[in-house]
Amino acid sequence: MNENKHPIKKVNIICAKSNIEDIYAALVMGNGAVMEGIEANLFFTFFGLEGIVKKWMKKPHTAVVGNPGMRMPGLGSRMPTLMGIIPGVEAMVSGMMRKQMDDLDVPPIEEFLDLYTAGGGKVYACKLAMDMFKLKKEDLTEHVSGVLTVGEFYELAGGEGSQIIFT
Amino acid sequence: MATKNYAGKTVDVNEEGYFTDPSQWTKEIAKEVAKEEGIELTDQHFPVLEMLRQKNDAGEALSIRGINKSGVVDVKTFYQLFPGAPLKKATKIAGIPKPSSCV
Repeated sequence: MNENKHPIKKVNIICAKSNIEDIYAALVMGNGAVMEGIEANLFFTFFGLEGIVKKWMKKPHTAVVGNPGMRMPGLGSRMPTLMGIIPGVEAMVSGMMRKQMDDLDVPPIEEFLDLYTAGGGKVYACKLAMDMFKLKKEDLTEHVSGVLTVGEFYELAGGEGSQIIFT
Repeated sequence: MATKNYAGKTVDVNEEGYFTDPSQWTKEIAKEVAKEEGIELTDQHFPVLEMLRQKNDAGEALSIRGINKSGVVDVKTFYQLFPGAPLKKATKIAGIPKPSSCV
C-alpha cells in the first residue's frame, strides 16, 4: 500500500446538480470514503436536492438534450440531440441507466443512502436552495442530518486532512 | 511472493498482506491476522468471514450492498465488527483477495 504522510481524513462533497451521474458521483465518492474509514459529509444544494427530496429521489433522470456524451445504446454513435426532445426518450434512457447501475450492484439512491449512513456518513441540505425551492425539512429523506447555511458547512468541513469536493 | 507466519503456519501473501491462496486459511490464522488489524475476533465475526469466503469461492464480486443483502450481517453491524476500512479488513482477515469493487 502507498504510505502517505498526509492521508485524507475527511471529505466534504457538494452535489449541486440533479442528473443521475451527478448524484451518483457524490454518492459513490461519499460511500467509498466511508468504506475506507474516511469521515464523509454530503452536502446537497440547488438541483442536487433532487437526490434527497423524498418524492423526487426515486427516479432520477439524466440529460438527453445537449449531452454530447450520450451515445445510442448498442450502436455507440452519438445520440442526435433532437431525439432527446421526443416525449418519453429522457425517461426511457434514464430508466436504462438506472437498470445498468442496478446490474452492477449500484443501489438506488435511497438504499445507497441507507448503506452510506449505516457506515457513519452524514447528509446535509443547503438552506438557501431549500428556501428557493420552497422545501421544508419534512420534504427530505430521513437520512438528512440537518439543513445548513454555507457558513455552517465550512465549519463542518474544517480540520486537518479535510477536503472539499465539488462534483 | 512474500510469506508470513501465522499460528505456526506459513502462508503466501501479496505485498499488501492479502492471502494469495485462500485454502491456507484457518480460524486460528484469522485470529492472528485480525490482531494485526487491531480487531479481536468474536463468535459474531466468523459467520461474516465464512460468508465472504463463500462469495469469493463462487466468484461473486464483493460489494457493500451484497453484504447487506447476504442475510448474515447488516451494514451497520458490519462496520462495527470491522471498524476503519470494513471490506478491506474483513477480506484480509478472511484470507481472500482485496475487493476491486467501488461500491
